Amino acid sequence: MKFYIALLVMGILTQNFVLSKFLGICPFLGVSKKLNTAVGMSAAVIFVMLLSTAVTYPLNMLLEKNGMEYLQTIVFILVIAALVQMVEIVLKKYMKPLYNALGIYLPLITTNCAVLGVVILNIDNIGIYSAQNYGFLHSMVNSFAAGAGFMLAMVLFAGVRSRLETADVPKGLQGLPITLVSASIVSLSFLGFGGIVEGMGLM
Amino acid sequence: MAEKQKKSYVKELTKGFLKENPVLRLVLGTCPTLATSTSVVNGIGMGIAATIVLICSNVAISALRKVIPEKARIPAYIVIIASFVTMVQMLVKAFVPALDASLGVFLPLIVVNCIILGRAEAYASKNPVLLSAIDGLGMGIGFTAALFVMGTVREIIGGGTFLTGIDTMLGAYIDLGTFTGFDFTEELAEIGLAPMTLFILPAGGFFVFGMLMALANKLAERKGLKSATLNGCSGCPHASFCKQFSENGECSSKEAEAEIKKEEKTEEGSEGKPAEKTEEKTEVKTEVKAEEKTETKPEEKPEEKTEEKAEEKAEEKAEEKAEEKVEEKVEEKAEITAEAPAKAPAVNNQPQNSRKKNRKKKKKTAPQPDFSPLPEVIPEFIKKDIEKKKEQEGNEE
Repeated sequence: MKFYIALLVMGILTQNFVLSKFLGICPFLGVSKKLNTAVGMSAAVIFVMLLSTAVTYPLNMLLEKNGMEYLQTIVFILVIAALVQMVEIVLKKYMKPLYNALGIYLPLITTNCAVLGVVILNIDNIGIYSAQNYGFLHSMVNSFAAGAGFMLAMVLFAGVRSRLETADVPKGLQGLPITLVSASIVSLSFLGFGGIVEGMGLM
Repeated sequence: MAEKQKKSYVKELTKGFLKENPVLRLVLGTCPTLATSTSVVNGIGMGIAATIVLICSNVAISALRKVIPEKARIPAYIVIIASFVTMVQMLVKAFVPALDASLGVFLPLIVVNCIILGRAEAYASKNPVLLSAIDGLGMGIGFTAALFVMGTVREIIGGGTFLTGIDTMLGAYIDLGTFTGFDFTEELAEIGLAPMTLFILPAGGFFVFGMLMALANKLAERKGLKSATLNGCSGCPHASFCKQFSENGECSSKEAEAEIKKEEKTEEGSEGKPAEKTEEKTEVKTEVKAEEKTETKPEEKPEEKTEEKAEEKAEEKAEEKAEEKVEEKVEEKAEITAEAPAKAPAVNNQPQNSRKKNRKKKKKTAPQPDFSPLPEVIPEFIKKDIEKKKEQEGNEE
């Protein structure tokens, strides 16, 4: 149980996918202009992350059994892309409200590096704190934590950007540069969570 | 003819260096740029790996461009790119294991690097093999250069070193002697300075990237180009799909779309063609922006100075002399290399930006291939769909 909580805390705060691992920067910068789009996008990301982890985990076991780990990248990206398209079709047909909420973001997420990143990280297990391989449940929790961290970063940054709109920014920094600098400050604030996992005695 | 062709090859090659630099101008591939530029060697390693994939995938895609059906093109591109990434990954693991360890997950993630998919969609799928290869090489060099500059700033300020780790990467292949990169930490300690570790951390990455972007915008402005805009999905192969929802080329939700429609309806009123208006509006918007830039240019001089001062102050606080020299050199080089190709097209583009033409005429020249990262890639069938929708809406009104 402790380990799951640790995974959640790490994914959301200390090892935030966007702000400390630099995964999913494109949507982070592109879609965070309005709060509702930010929430919709990150909800879709959580959904796709969980789904693709659930699918790729057994798939990877199959690959490993046959000694074909080198096919990981190509298989994963294809499976994720196909899966997302299929989910989109199914949602459109049978779950209209959910499709209206997440539908438009789904095709954008297929080639999102955060999704492929979390899947590969779950399997390669490059996490700093954990020595043992992630089991299925660990992978799912980790994916959820990564998605939730993405959501937190997106929502926070949407707030920051709405403030930026009215701010008096020096002309040379207007637009993208000031956005990146403020992202840097948000990322800086997340540094403050460092050591929280050890401090809570979770590890 | 031959000379003309040569010129166009050179132009294709050099456009990626500064004018259409994938990172600083087109704002693609931000994730690997931020993540792998903690040191120069890492950045260059990433740049070279991505360049190899980019060239190979561009060649393959452009050779197969008549075979790949329009509707299945994105899965096809992904398969091609993923195969090359797997090859590069295996090569790196076999020959430069240190690089594999330091790039970690970002090596397989070249698959989803927006630069590669973006170039496949925007360039390789429309141009012959040789040109595509040259385009790939140019874009790859631009990417590597951006990584090099960022890595230089971050490594020198953040770690007090330069080119560390070169011995573990290349030691097995090149005789470097005892050279293990420059280390300024001791000299700095003598003056009582310590490296700012923050610059190695993610926060520093964002900051340096922002500052570089400001610098690139400044250089581009002098050449009369638009400053880089934040279009999060410009390199995304689905950009064509979400263009229907887009506002200023930015991803937006259905709410945004609805808002546009509302605006349209309220403002349109008696005029009967609501559909065309939106297109016009967004186009005009971007155009006006570009116009403003060119208009304000002559008056800008006093402002420019203060800005530059502010920029300099911000940067000088952090930088030391040695580092500044390096950066200046790099910039100078970049300027020199970029000046030649940038001058010619700038002349070509002037009529487009001039205020003499009225807006209707401008609307015709709207798709400016030189600026927009993804020109007009809306497939025919989607266009028809959109038109149908618009017609229906018009009828309802």
